[in-house]
Amino acid sequence: MSLNTPALEIRGLVKRFKTPAVDGLDLTVRPGEFYALLGPNGAGKTTSLKIVTGLLRPDAGSVSVYGIDALADPVAAKRLVAWVPDEPMIYDKLTPYEYLQFVAGLWGVEPKLAEARARELIGWLGLEPHGQERCQGFSRGMRQKVALAGALVHDPLLLVLDEPLTGLDAGSARQVKEVLAARRAEGVAVVMTTHILEVAERMAERIGVIHKGRLIAEGTLDELRGHAGQSETSLEDIFLQLLAQESDAA
Amino acid sequence: MSVPATTVWLAQHELRLFWREWVSLLTAGRTRRMTGFVIGALVFLGLLHLLAFSIIAPLAVTGIAPDKQTLVAVAGGLFLALTTMISQAMDAVTKAFYARGDLDLILSSPAPTGRVFALRMVAIAVSTTALTLAIGGPFINALALFDGPKWFAAYGVVVALGALSTALATMLTIVLFRTLGPKLTRAISQVVSAVIGAAFVIGVQVAAIVSIGSYARLAFLTSQPVTDMAPDPASPLWWPARAVMGDPWALALLMALGCGALAAVIRTQAAGFGDYVIAASGVDATGTRRGGGVRFGRVSTKGALRRKEWLALRRDPWLMSESLMQILYLVPPALLLWLNFAGKVGSLLILVPIMVMAGGQLAGGLAWLAISGEDAPELVGTAPVPVSAIVAAKIEAVLGAIALIFAPLLLGLALAAPKFALVAMLGIAVSAFSAIMIQIWFRAQVSRRRFRNRQTSSKVATLAEALSSISWAGTAALAASGTWFAAGAGIMAVLTLGAAWAMSPSRSLSTYATS
Repeated sequence: MSLNTPALEIRGLVKRFKTPAVDGLDLTVRPGEFYALLGPNGAGKTTSLKIVTGLLRPDAGSVSVYGIDALADPVAAKRLVAWVPDEPMIYDKLTPYEYLQFVAGLWGVEPKLAEARARELIGWLGLEPHGQERCQGFSRGMRQKVALAGALVHDPLLLVLDEPLTGLDAGSARQVKEVLAARRAEGVAVVMTTHILEVAERMAERIGVIHKGRLIAEGTLDELRGHAGQSETSLEDIFLQLLAQESDAA
Repeated sequence: MSVPATTVWLAQHELRLFWREWVSLLTAGRTRRMTGFVIGALVFLGLLHLLAFSIIAPLAVTGIAPDKQTLVAVAGGLFLALTTMISQAMDAVTKAFYARGDLDLILSSPAPTGRVFALRMVAIAVSTTALTLAIGGPFINALALFDGPKWFAAYGVVVALGALSTALATMLTIVLFRTLGPKLTRAISQVVSAVIGAAFVIGVQVAAIVSIGSYARLAFLTSQPVTDMAPDPASPLWWPARAVMGDPWALALLMALGCGALAAVIRTQAAGFGDYVIAASGVDATGTRRGGGVRFGRVSTKGALRRKEWLALRRDPWLMSESLMQILYLVPPALLLWLNFAGKVGSLLILVPIMVMAGGQLAGGLAWLAISGEDAPELVGTAPVPVSAIVAAKIEAVLGAIALIFAPLLLGLALAAPKFALVAMLGIAVSAFSAIMIQIWFRAQVSRRRFRNRQTSSKVATLAEALSSISWAGTAALAASGTWFAAGAGIMAVLTLGAAWAMSPSRSLSTYATS
């Protein structure tokens, strides 16, 4: 794959349930870029990301991950992608180490490498004291951290996160943000949905605003400010203004 | 509207929850199915009445006298009902201790918790009674029709047994809780309830095999040696049986005993119920069960999936006991094998269909856990492996467990009757594979905790799984006895699978990754 190949390229994506959930979405994320996807509830964010990760099939459009057609060759695309859903799905009866061992097995990671990464991630996320305990009694924050460690243990090039900071305490949220920033610095592309706009404002290089399944605005924070015609305003104000404009236009 | 927190108000609340949960359970959350369910239930009851009439009518031709033989048979039936009801009630009481549901809200409110739990115990008694009457009612009606209305007294006996079994189950669970503590009680009480439920059936079957060399339980209960050993008809031990047969004093005594026991348990234990629930609530929250040391060895994707499935099952005693409890029913055939090992090889034929049937049913349960009960479907769905490999790994995990369970029995059978063992092995494999495929076609993502209610998510799948197991069991039995009729039974099994596939919502494996 060339350096100019986008980490993620979505073109004309359409997914209908009873009504259109995603309606002609176009989106491009570059390698090493932190992209925040914002939108009100039901805007189509999670549906779009599930299509990217191969959990849903679109009705129309294309998705490519580092130049690999994710719809034609999902297995090859999945090798490069990690998905962290908003509700962490882990196994109650496994310990964090066993969970990482399982994920490494699914992605076919070299055992020695997997073990080293697992130890590093467990330590990095502050899970070491609980590494050999079964996850059944873990708090939501701990479960979220185990799920994130699982997403990172196979060293993905594209990290797709759906509301990864929901329910985390301040300390845990900072740990997760540091881990994500470090991965981005290593060249990993990060696509994240969030309702915590301060996080998007501080961490994301580019921000996309999705409404009724369509991208209504995209750019850096400054570009979005320009789009809204307000140079000093916060992302929250811009976001609400964009949604209001869309509603008025409709 | 009634005044909040009074008994009537709480009863209304409980009744509403019970009704909605019941409807949801029966319709799998789709209320449109309710009409279909009502029609199905009426047809089922009608068929059960026909079956009851056909069994009872010949017995009642000359009238049913309260002699020793009848009393033994009725008492045996009553004991079977009582053990089953204790098992059901114990399961419900355990759930009342451990299921959080609305208990956090109730326990943090100023409402008297004793009142809430008293109502829940009554609800358990009512539901236990209702379930037994749903099955036993048609037989009571048939007896009343052919031998007189005195048999309607049996309804009162079932009510008394419902109250008595709830009282006994509550006390038994509390004793376990106090002696073993909250952590162990949940798993142990599930096992105890299952053993109680199965013990009498299996016990009588074992006694029948040992004494008369056959599976027939009723023939054993009404056999001369058992009748000879039974007490005199005038003995007070027959009062419960006499109550069923319309003796008003015996009925009154039994009702007083059952309802009195429940009232006494409620009076003495309901107030402390909240303490048990609070103690039980700490079980999951602690979560300090440690796993073994982890060695990151080289493993294939399939291997990782298989290992995860086995580990998750092995570490869940409740699911283990639930799914493996069916193995208890293999005790009688194993005994039959043992007794006939050196002698009558022909009598071992009965083992073939029993093992094939058990294999299919066990595989269906395990496949449900591995496929519909997958805890992290999105993780597995995003793994870079073809969907067919994921499904294949899950099939291998289930078949591996089945092989492990049935291998000793098959080995024993192979030494005594190699042909039967070969047929049984093939039959188990085909029956298990069929059950797994049905689970794949009808998969629905749900919590593993709903294992007991898995049948409600698809009636078609449940029916298909049962029909397939029965058909393959018949095929194996006929094949073992060397008749070409086996082909007919086999065709029926294949047709059952074909029909299940045609009716299934997901006809291909490729949709596994989609949610």
